[in-house]
Amino acid sequence: MNNKNKLPLSPHLQIYRLPLTALLSITHRLTGIILVLGSIFMVWLLAAAADSSASYGPLVAQLGSWYGQVFLFGFVFSLYLHFCSGIRHLFWDVGLGFELETVDLTAKLVIACAIILTIATWLVAAAG
Amino acid sequence: MSELTTPLSKVKGLGSAKEGTTHFWRQRMTALILIPLVLWIGFSLAALPVDHATLVSWVQQPLVSMLLVLLVGAVFYHAQLGLQVVIEDYVSSHSRRTVMLLISNLMCLIFGIVGILSVLKIAFGA
Repeated sequence: MNNKNKLPLSPHLQIYRLPLTALLSITHRLTGIILVLGSIFMVWLLAAAADSSASYGPLVAQLGSWYGQVFLFGFVFSLYLHFCSGIRHLFWDVGLGFELETVDLTAKLVIACAIILTIATWLVAAAG
Repeated sequence: MSELTTPLSKVKGLGSAKEGTTHFWRQRMTALILIPLVLWIGFSLAALPVDHATLVSWVQQPLVSMLLVLLVGAVFYHAQLGLQVVIEDYVSSHSRRTVMLLISNLMCLIFGIVGILSVLKIAFGA
């Protein structure tokens, strides 16, 4: 950047590497928005099922395609990430887990649990 | 000038938005309800074959249809509250914010209603 005045500039937010907790904070919002869009599709699917087998069939078949599976995987992982992260928020709401080490630990725990829940759901689906 | 709030409004604790901690509280209540419901729906749907007849007979079980109505209601209430906060935080233009809040609130209401009606139609219909 050409800084003619040679004045010191404060580094912009994007310069810093966000700590895991900050990353999870914005991810919580992002997954929240993803979940709204996903839920709208789920309601659409439900409405199709309420309508008839003929409207439900083709729609649910789309979920079997590669892009359907990508959507489903993204939706389910977002769901469990938001779920675990939300439970972490509920603990904060009652004043628990604010120590730095605890915050770092629960951040990793949230990601680990979300991955485990996603895999578990896929295993149940594969077995069913 | 030290005090602009009346003693009454102070003790009511509703603040300038006139709703106090209502938004915060409802966000948490819907979150709590959703904890068991999300685990239930996630693993139930995973275990269920995807064909229409299986889904319909599953939804028609009284406990399932009741929980589904609760789930759809809680999801879209929670979504409305959450989207509201995101819009209020990131959309600074007052007119654009109002329009976006209107759209988001309406969408949540409509899809919540469609979802609940669909569950009820399957539950009571043929």
